Amino acid sequence: MIRDITIGQYYPAKSVLHRLDPRVKLVCTLCYLVSLFLFKSIPGYLVATVFLVAIIRLSKVPFSYIMRGMRPVIMLLMITVVFNLFLTREGDVLVRVWIFTITEGGLRTAVYMAIRLVYLIAGSSLMTFTTTPNGLTDGIESLLHPLNRIRVPVHEVAMMMSIALRFIPILLEETDKIMKAQIARGADLESGNIIQKARSMVPILVPLFVSAFQRANDLAMAMEARCYHGGEGRTKMKPLKYKGRDYAAYFAMAVYTAAVVLIGRSVPLHIWIF
Amino acid sequence: MESMVHTENLVFEYEKQDEENHVIGRSRAIDEVNIDIREGQFVAILGHNGSGKSTLAKHLNAILLPTQGTVWVNGQNTRQPEKLWNVRQSAGMVFQNPDNQIIGTVVEEDVGFGPENLGVETDRIWERVEESLRAVGMIEYRYHSPNKLSGGQKQRVAIAGVIAMRPKCIVLDEPTAMLDPVGRREVLRTVEELRRQEKVTVILITHYMEEVIDADRVFVMDHGRVVMEGTPREIFSQVELLKRYRLDVPQVTILADKLRKRGLPIPAGILKKEELVELLCRLN
Repeated sequence: MIRDITIGQYYPAKSVLHRLDPRVKLVCTLCYLVSLFLFKSIPGYLVATVFLVAIIRLSKVPFSYIMRGMRPVIMLLMITVVFNLFLTREGDVLVRVWIFTITEGGLRTAVYMAIRLVYLIAGSSLMTFTTTPNGLTDGIESLLHPLNRIRVPVHEVAMMMSIALRFIPILLEETDKIMKAQIARGADLESGNIIQKARSMVPILVPLFVSAFQRANDLAMAMEARCYHGGEGRTKMKPLKYKGRDYAAYFAMAVYTAAVVLIGRSVPLHIWIF
Repeated sequence: MESMVHTENLVFEYEKQDEENHVIGRSRAIDEVNIDIREGQFVAILGHNGSGKSTLAKHLNAILLPTQGTVWVNGQNTRQPEKLWNVRQSAGMVFQNPDNQIIGTVVEEDVGFGPENLGVETDRIWERVEESLRAVGMIEYRYHSPNKLSGGQKQRVAIAGVIAMRPKCIVLDEPTAMLDPVGRREVLRTVEELRRQEKVTVILITHYMEEVIDADRVFVMDHGRVVMEGTPREIFSQVELLKRYRLDVPQVTILADKLRKRGLPIPAGILKKEELVELLCRLN
């Protein structure tokens, strides 16, 4: 079950999206996330949907793979939906049970919020699926490079992120292994209330932390053995250079953002959602 | 031939501390070790757990610095801070745990990590990555994620990562200890091929005696000291002594030794099964 978490993992494939400069993908993802909150009408959602589907198609990442990444955030999604459903009081009352009231506005807000969140997760996980974590950190490093002047250790932070990303699957596998080992020793991880469950996590977390520190130690040694000494004097195997397709991607993104804003707003006021 | 690795009265001590960080004693992990390894040699260092062999390996790469004595790698004293990166480039190191030494999330990026740190030009990095991956036979996996590889394949990637730095000497610190027999054979074959084609000095640290039969020289360590030194045949002929140093002597060697003691005309230090079979067949 724990291995189903696909957020933050790279999905190797050969697509245009995979080949794009990571900086383009970072900036465009940011744009896309903001754009999801710039429209308030059904046509706006349509444009966003078409765009998202097109991008997923382009990326050659299987649709089911992206959906699998949603699973861990379903709880969050449900909570948001429930809150929006019951706490928004707008328009006609649809259902009223005891103190719970569902209004037309609430229903709409809930549905659209859910769609927004799903699109948000799909869009941002698509970025990590198509960008190697190293590419991602290279992109972040390069975009944040100006911060170096105010003494932000940009390279170090980027390196830490890429290592963290590399070890996510390894630590997940390890967690799985430790859980099985503890279950085999009679640990009860399923029953009891939340507090008891939390307490039963201790015999899993302690060995996990011990091993994580051990790994960190080993990795630091391995990096030093391979002459790692910070960002100074380091060259890049894959230096970032904008190519034609990167400018094209920026252009496409600009067109999409403009379309979403224009179409989203061009509809008469009264059918705006909220 | 030039001396590749040379140690002189090398001593390394750990400080033992109590809970309040007071030094309560010192323990010697390495005790007066003098070894000399020539360029192009295949040298094996044998020893059971805690014999100090891994601590010795870490000195060859300046990860640890000697408490007393000196280590020269490729003519450079590991103590000189300005030579640190030269030393580490000359003596590449492969560690035991395949997962904990791969930094990249794609095979080729990991192999490029070393050259990047050395400040090699981008085009040259690509050449080196390709060459190194070819040398270890992992070129078809260059776009793969290391997480999906087997242990043996991961170790080969780690070896490629070291070769890409163009070292003169490769130190392998128990590279097969966490592998299954298939992975172990895979890694050893790769090391053997590298030694023949790239002509690098190979220092293999292990506790498996079977892995050292092709070595030019073998050092046996126990309690931080080098207790035996010689060709594999010389070492393998002293079965009793090897057992005392808690090494697992291969079955063939033990069998040959027992037969010899019973009076069969078999020479000491049998290394391979085939060798014994042939000798026995010739007896009649």
